[in-house]
Amino acid sequence: MIGLQHYLTVAAMLFVLSFVGIIINRKNLILLLMCIELMLLAVNTNFIAFSRFLGDDTGQVFVFFILTVAAAEAAIGLAILVVLFRNRRSIAVQELNTLKG
Amino acid sequence: MYDYYLTIVLAPLAAAIIAGLAGKKIGRAGAHWVTIIGVGISCALSLLVLKNMFWGGAEAENISVYTWAVTDGLRMEVGFLVDRLTALMMCVVTFVSLMVHIYTIGYMHEDPGYQRFFSYISLFTFSMLMLVMSNNFLQLFFGWEAVGLVSYLLIGFWYKKETAIFANLKAFLVNRVGDFGFILGIAGVVMFTGSLDYATVFGSAESVAGQTLQVLPGTPWNAMTVICILLFIGAMGKSAQAPLHVWLPDSMEGPTPISALIHAATMVTAGIFMVARMSPLFELSTAALGFVIIIGSVTAFFMGLLGIVQNDIKRVVAYSTLSQLGYMTVALGASAYSAAIFHLMTHAFFKALLFLAAGSVIIAMHHEQDIRKMGGIRKYMPITYWTALVGSLALIGFPGSSGFFSKDLLIEAVKDSHWHHGTTAGDQLTYWFAYLSVLLGVFVTALYSFRMFFLVFHGKERMDAETKSHLHETPAVVTVPLILLAIPSAVIGWFTVGPVLFGDYFGDAIQVQSAHDVLAHMGEAWHGSLGLLLHAWQTPVFWLAASGVFVAWFLYLKRPDIPATIKDKVLPLYNLLDRKYYFDDLYIKGFAAGGRNLGKFLWQKGDELIIDGILVNGTAKAVGRLAGVMRQIQTGYLYTYAFAMIIGLTMLLGWLIWLR
Repeated sequence: MIGLQHYLTVAAMLFVLSFVGIIINRKNLILLLMCIELMLLAVNTNFIAFSRFLGDDTGQVFVFFILTVAAAEAAIGLAILVVLFRNRRSIAVQELNTLKG
Repeated sequence: MYDYYLTIVLAPLAAAIIAGLAGKKIGRAGAHWVTIIGVGISCALSLLVLKNMFWGGAEAENISVYTWAVTDGLRMEVGFLVDRLTALMMCVVTFVSLMVHIYTIGYMHEDPGYQRFFSYISLFTFSMLMLVMSNNFLQLFFGWEAVGLVSYLLIGFWYKKETAIFANLKAFLVNRVGDFGFILGIAGVVMFTGSLDYATVFGSAESVAGQTLQVLPGTPWNAMTVICILLFIGAMGKSAQAPLHVWLPDSMEGPTPISALIHAATMVTAGIFMVARMSPLFELSTAALGFVIIIGSVTAFFMGLLGIVQNDIKRVVAYSTLSQLGYMTVALGASAYSAAIFHLMTHAFFKALLFLAAGSVIIAMHHEQDIRKMGGIRKYMPITYWTALVGSLALIGFPGSSGFFSKDLLIEAVKDSHWHHGTTAGDQLTYWFAYLSVLLGVFVTALYSFRMFFLVFHGKERMDAETKSHLHETPAVVTVPLILLAIPSAVIGWFTVGPVLFGDYFGDAIQVQSAHDVLAHMGEAWHGSLGLLLHAWQTPVFWLAASGVFVAWFLYLKRPDIPATIKDKVLPLYNLLDRKYYFDDLYIKGFAAGGRNLGKFLWQKGDELIIDGILVNGTAKAVGRLAGVMRQIQTGYLYTYAFAMIIGLTMLLGWLIWLR
């Protein structure tokens, strides 16, 4: 029988995977965006699992919101990415260190 | 009389202000006229006050002029106490000051600082009058410091001369040491009596003498002894008693008129005056009197010895001043306060005379002060010669001169003092030390005075031809004060010795316990000035002085080759005297250099290293270094910040879940 902890485990693994992706990825900004999407999905999975487990539909409503916002965010993120590429002719993460003090 | 006193004090002050602030406008002649008139008024009124006291039988007056402040019951006032002691001092101060004012016209004739000089000496007269006329400790202290300030300004009058600047700084610093004791003494007086007023303090002196004070924990000292010794330390600074005497010889860097006025006749006697004024206090502490007499004896004899090896005409006179101040201090220690004040008065006349005569020689010699380059001046400057002879004879106590009466009776008083009649070994030791010092001092005084006198006025003419061709008597403004000072130097002792010493002239101004009252004891055998004069040749004092003159004559006129031989024979002793007992070396290399090294240490280690290096710049550097480390964390890479965020979040969650 697949229970709550299985869902939570999958979501945690997904989250950690995407986090590791953010940390060790040095090359590609697109990969970064994808990892963030993946993080959101892991969170969504948690929401749905808890919603089912607690019998409360509010969690599922939240998932819709998050998906919508995530879609908008992806659109903006890609737009920024395109502008960035136009300016710098590169989307390599290791070159984006202008925040350095 | 109130108006008189106020005029006496304020006339010199007004003159000083006019000459000082409007010196350019009134010109050189204006400056000397306004100050001479100011001091002249003071002098005339002082003589009037003295006349009223002496012949008119006027009572002592204690007047409060102005209350400056009242704090916690302690009244700080300006006031005058004019009794017979004060009246005498006022006359001495204003008369010598007036002579010096007149003399200065000749001496400072070509000096660019003419008006400034007159302003200063008038200001000095004001300060000194405030000091002697004071009726409370605060005003005494004001006068004390004001004369010190003017002395500082005048020693460094030629402020472009490096030695003068050194000398005035030295005088100022050494006097600070004395003043430190003095102000502690005043603090002691206030602590035990709660008053600054003389009358109140003297009234409660008996009760203070019964109390003790713990200076060091566990050793109770008699409060009166502590107060008196502290006050006397102030007098040691001002009156240049060993070991605080070092500033006086150096003060000769100043112009000669002020050497005569301040560093011989008046300011340096302020300490003597102060102790005499405090006689009701000092009488209650035999220990303090012992301290006074020992210091005085050391100064009287050992400082006199230094005069023998000096070659600067003014320095010889300066060491003679030190020695004579020692004599006065010895008299104070022997409870013969009247004798001290009497010697102070005669000394003021003849020492001012000697200084002004030396100044007259210096003018004629075109500011050459080395007595080895003089000689035979007698025939060029007859007036200076004769007045200097009068001064020198008075200084050595030649029978009949004023110095004879004061010094002879002073030594007699020491001989007859309560120390002599004391029973303990300490008393006897003190007596013999003091008595031998003042007795042998007479010989030394005669030797150095006439060594200088012979070297300057007699013998071979050792100056160069250029100077010799210009050598002539100085103008009347110089010689008239010399003559006017020579008259009291010669005769004032004869007329005043009886009433001042034995005639109860001072009345209540000087209080002596009957057990200590040596002068009253001597007074029983007093047969007038003539009697003393006729017995002069029977005393050892006369023969010692005569042999001193003879030795000086033999060594410096008859056989001038001998002194050099003696010098070679006793070279270590000569060096000891020439280096002034190494006091200067001790103070300059010891205390002054030590002070500078301490300052340097505090500056380099304390200020530069600890405060600047560690605290101020160190803090800034530490912040900078910490920031350098922190900067390494700010990589600018997005993932670093993300990682930091996650770490933070994890820690926050961990704290929420497990630690709460």
